[in-house]
Amino acid sequence: MTAPTADDLRTRVRALLAENDPKTVARLDFLRARFDAGLAWVHFPAGLGGLDAPRSLQSVVDAELAEAGAPDNSPRQIVIGLGMAAPTILRFGTPEHHRRYLRPLWTGEEVWCQLFSEPGAGSDLAALGTRAVRDGEDWVVTGQKVWTSGAHLARFAILVTRTDPGLPKHQGMTYFVCDMSAPGVEVRPLRQITGEAEFNEVFLSEVRIPDSQRLGAVGEGWKVAQTTLMNERVAIGGTPMPREGGLLGPVAEAWREHPELRTPELHDRLLKLWVEAETLGLAGGRLRQQLAAGQPGPEGSAMKLAFAELNQALSGLEVELQAERGLGYDDWTMRRPVHIDFAARGPGYRYLRAKGNSIEGGTSEVLRNIVAERVLGLPSEPRVDKDVAWKDLPK
Amino acid sequence: MSERAASPDLLYSDVEEDLRASVRDLLTDRAEPSALIARTESAEPYDLKLWHTLAAELGAAGLMVPEDLGGHGASARETALVAEELGRSVAPVPFLGSAVLATSALLAAGPAAAEVLGRLASGTVIGTLAVPLTTAPGADFPAAVAVNADGTLSGRVGAVADASVAEVFVVPAVGPDGPGLYTVDATAAVVTELVSLDLTRRISDVVLDAAPAARVADAGTAPAALRHALTVGAGVLASEQVGITDWCLTETVAYVKGRYQFGRPVGSFQALKHRLATLYLELVSARAAARYAADTLAGGHEDTEVAVAVAAARCSPIALHAAEEALQLHAGIGMTWEHPVHLYLKRAKSDELALGTAGKHRARLGRLVNLPA
Repeated sequence: MTAPTADDLRTRVRALLAENDPKTVARLDFLRARFDAGLAWVHFPAGLGGLDAPRSLQSVVDAELAEAGAPDNSPRQIVIGLGMAAPTILRFGTPEHHRRYLRPLWTGEEVWCQLFSEPGAGSDLAALGTRAVRDGEDWVVTGQKVWTSGAHLARFAILVTRTDPGLPKHQGMTYFVCDMSAPGVEVRPLRQITGEAEFNEVFLSEVRIPDSQRLGAVGEGWKVAQTTLMNERVAIGGTPMPREGGLLGPVAEAWREHPELRTPELHDRLLKLWVEAETLGLAGGRLRQQLAAGQPGPEGSAMKLAFAELNQALSGLEVELQAERGLGYDDWTMRRPVHIDFAARGPGYRYLRAKGNSIEGGTSEVLRNIVAERVLGLPSEPRVDKDVAWKDLPK
Repeated sequence: MSERAASPDLLYSDVEEDLRASVRDLLTDRAEPSALIARTESAEPYDLKLWHTLAAELGAAGLMVPEDLGGHGASARETALVAEELGRSVAPVPFLGSAVLATSALLAAGPAAAEVLGRLASGTVIGTLAVPLTTAPGADFPAAVAVNADGTLSGRVGAVADASVAEVFVVPAVGPDGPGLYTVDATAAVVTELVSLDLTRRISDVVLDAAPAARVADAGTAPAALRHALTVGAGVLASEQVGITDWCLTETVAYVKGRYQFGRPVGSFQALKHRLATLYLELVSARAAARYAADTLAGGHEDTEVAVAVAAARCSPIALHAAEEALQLHAGIGMTWEHPVHLYLKRAKSDELALGTAGKHRARLGRLVNLPA
């Protein structure tokens, strides 16, 4: 069977719309029908929400459906599920896993979270120590995870555990799907410097996970986690940035509206950042052109790092441009935002939240190592932990 | 605020990659670093044989010139690509003065310039634009040279790039009829090459004393033609700076991989790796900015002035940073006359001043995008 073309997909979209009028069919019913028509993620296999089509054709489907006023699955609310859990389940899950999890994941009926980072395993994720001990047909899991977004909303989690502490750290890990409603799972909000809590701490106390919930072989957890993390980087990199987009917009606006605040020093800083933002926007555009031309470049991992620094410098300048208003803050109330919206909050919030940009999804220090080693081919630091059993590592 | 061009081509086309390969092969053969260093103190600091091959045989002198005027009918994109390769090799050839500055001034001057333009485009004659290399796009029309009553020119212009090998000057001069652009035969000028910071692109004083001149642009077109030449020059120079950055990063990465201290390659120390990763990020940004400037120049897009100001403001400090890091990370060997890194540092430092400093381009940008001081 040959892969569907853009025209084939348009035909299928029309058929879907003919049978399911978005004006009359309930949102969830429409989304389920779209999944069953193979128009959810067209690059997925037939029967699992896709049509084995090239990934690039998804935009054709999305555009046609948007034009018809069809509801979408609010992808920004379920990024962990779509961007990380789904590709991992597809690659390492059994047919039963595929059947059970993918449809409600895509429609958003079941939210997913990611139980990876731990207080003792941040940049060095492979040092993680949440223990899973085999007990009959189950595993008994005990440990603590942290920086888990959406855990308080999630029905399921992707979870990496340590099953054999006697092996070096990259071995002896095993990957599971964890039912967040299981006894022993406790979710606590993790309040951050902005006042709100986007993330959670998750405490696992003798949580029983059936062995049938395992993804990949026992001891292969690191390999499975790599698939998840690779997809995370794809999800973060390469969103288009127009001129004066992102955090530059409010800074330029403040400059134009408040001539009384202008000084030569602030002017030169503003223009330096304007130039940096513009060149990063162009570099992102160039990266997308390279990908479209089939020349995948290593620039992607570099872009996140550059944007983090730019965002921090811009949001810092924006607070300075507020003069006495910069001494205030919009709201310290503890909230649980589902996704962050820089534009809806004040300059102080933007300044504080942007500090996380160089930490989340790989610290800038780790990303510099990645650029140096994988792009420039520089040698790695000598590894003192490589051949040491996990249980014997200094902690 | 201005708008970015809707769909700029920020990549290199296959044709451009072919051109790059030809130019790089030639420069690898004929502009090898130790020979470049030896030439800097010889009687012939410019390599005019190499220039002839590049300009005439590979056609690099006439890339921006239409075919009916004797050129190759390509554009600023290809010109920028050659500049990138020349930045990578710091070969001592008068490309900036002749094929970029003089040529783009004559292209904008109009029909009176066609004959000289054809000779420059074919590579048989070398020209340059008689302005100080520090002149920025948007600067006031220079008044250093006056038009005498008999139509001859008198005046002194300092720090003119590539003047010591130029055979014809394109001279901005002011007379009773206002500003104009003139061509002057180099034999009618007194050219004194100065001891230049940049060993592979020399500057000279040019003195004209009642020098015979031909007017190629009058008061109606000369200011715009000069501004166009300086804008093209600054945009193309950004690509040269990308080439400098690329060489410095590539050479330094290779060096720190092979240099052992404390029993391991110094390139395995995180302190050095992070600095090189930062340079890589800068190179990615610089290349995107320079390609955008070249593409808008080639298409005559209305965003060109913004694109050039952005590229100049971004690429100039990046090239200098790359050269300074290359020296520091090469350490002792980088400080020697024998190692070529100083040629790149001297070029990058001179380029920082050339055709407007980064600060001048930022100030100009502030006016262009409505972010006033």
